[in-house]
Amino acid sequence: MPAELDESWDLLIQPKSGWFDLHLADLWRYRDLLWMFVIRDFVAVYKQTILGPIWFFIQPLLTTLTFTIIFSGVAKISTDGLPPLLFYLAGTTPWNYFATCLNKTSTTFKDNANLFGKVYFPRLITPLSIVVSTLIQFVIQFATLVIALLWYLFQGADIHPNWGGILVGTPLLILMMGGLGLGFGIVISSLTTKYRDLAFLITFGVQLAMYATPVVYPLSTVPEKYRLWLELNPMTGVIEAFRTIYLGAGSFSWPLLGYSAAVTAGVLFMGIIIFNRVEKTFMDTV
Amino acid sequence: MSSPVIRVENLSKLYRLGEVSTGTISHDLNRWWHRLLGKEDPYAKIGQVNDLTRKVAKPKQDGVANPAFSDSALSKEYVWALKDVNFEVRQGEVLGIIGRNGAGKSTLLKILSRVTAPTKGGIKVKGRIASLLEVGTGFHPELTGRENVYLYGAILGMRRHEITKRMDAIVDFSGCAAYLDTPVKRYSSGMYVRLAFSVAAHLSCDVLIVDEVLAVGDAGFQRTCIEKMEDCATSQGTTVLVVSHNLQVISALCNRSIVLENGCLEYEGLTNNGILFYNDRVLSSLAARNWSAEADSSPGDHRLRLLRVRCQSAAGEAIGLCPTHLPLNVEMEIRIEVESPTLRVGFCLHDSSGAIAFASYHDDGEGRLIPLGCGRHLLSCTIPSGVLNGGHYWISPRISSGIKDWIVCLDRLVSFETILTHIEPPNALYPSGSAKRPGVSAPLLVWSA
Repeated sequence: MPAELDESWDLLIQPKSGWFDLHLADLWRYRDLLWMFVIRDFVAVYKQTILGPIWFFIQPLLTTLTFTIIFSGVAKISTDGLPPLLFYLAGTTPWNYFATCLNKTSTTFKDNANLFGKVYFPRLITPLSIVVSTLIQFVIQFATLVIALLWYLFQGADIHPNWGGILVGTPLLILMMGGLGLGFGIVISSLTTKYRDLAFLITFGVQLAMYATPVVYPLSTVPEKYRLWLELNPMTGVIEAFRTIYLGAGSFSWPLLGYSAAVTAGVLFMGIIIFNRVEKTFMDTV
Repeated sequence: MSSPVIRVENLSKLYRLGEVSTGTISHDLNRWWHRLLGKEDPYAKIGQVNDLTRKVAKPKQDGVANPAFSDSALSKEYVWALKDVNFEVRQGEVLGIIGRNGAGKSTLLKILSRVTAPTKGGIKVKGRIASLLEVGTGFHPELTGRENVYLYGAILGMRRHEITKRMDAIVDFSGCAAYLDTPVKRYSSGMYVRLAFSVAAHLSCDVLIVDEVLAVGDAGFQRTCIEKMEDCATSQGTTVLVVSHNLQVISALCNRSIVLENGCLEYEGLTNNGILFYNDRVLSSLAARNWSAEADSSPGDHRLRLLRVRCQSAAGEAIGLCPTHLPLNVEMEIRIEVESPTLRVGFCLHDSSGAIAFASYHDDGEGRLIPLGCGRHLLSCTIPSGVLNGGHYWISPRISSGIKDWIVCLDRLVSFETILTHIEPPNALYPSGSAKRPGVSAPLLVWSA
């Protein structure tokens, strides 16, 4: 066989490719599939419900009301001088997005074993589509927050949103929340194909992690000795920044946000690499 | 001569047997440590060739250490599902992949369709591969037919505008136009499969991989599928790889075939020779059972023992593949211990779906009763030519002494394949030539006008 013919192969199927052989071009070629998955997820969930997407709206509202009664009303935890309802809404909205992304992407391989076992497409499409379709839920909860915010402003409450920060910061913060959820999620989903133990950890782990993040309390009330530990949590910087730009009160700091951004990039990068390694042979172990 | 579009080189795949979750961390660490030191995978070299019929060998046999297993007792946990497989497929070729269950056919297809990666070796491919390991994977029951066409098309790698362009053709081919805006959960399973196959059939690809897809749908739809695949290969130059247990389909579709056995490539060449080879190596062993050596544990009781059941040609050779223009003999050897005037020896013939084609007994017909005394008897029954359909048949021995008093009642003991050759040569109406007739049998009847 002449040498020049050997060069013309379009696809090489090999035992293992390099660590950084990520097939990102493939991902782009399948972008329509990502969109179809988003539509499927959205339509399929609400097709036979009466209230439809309103459920996205009811759930955080009830959670926020519960928090308002328990943590502010009963336990009297400080809310940085903000109206409790707004304070909790501004905490749970970003946290819910992160947690939902993490929870859903962490079972990617297990939930799609049947599909992955029959057809090839870049596996990363699946968790990516989850992050995008969860965005719909986020937007609805976010709208709730904005309506509440405008209502309080109209009432003349002592809130000072940073409008410039909102414009620039919102998309960046959403990217970070989604990136963190996706990154951790795909690392976990990759590891659970072989070691199932992690799957048990994740369900209650995410719930507990909320208390290790300033969602129901402000960072400013945390005693000095715990503070460093809390700041190691990459979601701390994101949520504090979110609250600062929307409500004008919070412990925002550039180093903290920079740290969160660095962790996001790191976890996402590591996650994609591990995910890519696992996707080739996970069918044999799942 | 056209150029190769697929080249498989030293393809090997190692599988772990048994529980995957026990001890994997230690194995992984061990493997990792060896790789760190630049050594070979410690579990790869001790894997044995995949052979389902062989019992897992013991580390020690008769007190002497078994040399093949002195490496490690772990060797029995690993198995080569494919071992050093090499072959090439040229453009526009329809290649059949033949082999019995567990021979490695599906593993090969899974690697080709990139569902899993090989352990060693590799495959080089030119062009776009579309694989149909299952029709309709990814269909969502809540979505309508139209939405599912888009979803499934995207899963198979089509762009949205490509699907839009072909929507009419897809809908026409499926015959589901009236139900297109109904959720597919309301579809009958036949419609579901039709719609899914239509999407796949309109996929533009250079290599099409099909696995047992033809096992679904009615005979008419199966014919449509076969014709579509032939059309792909002949008019569009698509290369097609077909895996099927149905030798009928393979012989009708493929000009070249490979035979896999225990993970190794045993034959590569013309389909007709491949099928004969497969018959010699595999089918003939499925077409006979013999208990002569262990007469006391053979089926039966104190009155009668069944010693042997075998399918053979008119010339007396054991065969597992029978062209239907030739007669087939079913031979049963028995040993009668207690004579009985009501003894009946016979068998049921099942087709691949389990339906009984017929049952036949040695005393059938007026005045043809054969009295059997004590001792060994060799009974032979001839299934005449021009009766059976093409496909897969099972023989279930039935021996009774009076009504409902079964001495031997074994289901699906031996099997054989048939190829429909007695009907007619290929003609304009049935271009696939020897395609199967509907029904469990295809008797050659006499017509007059």
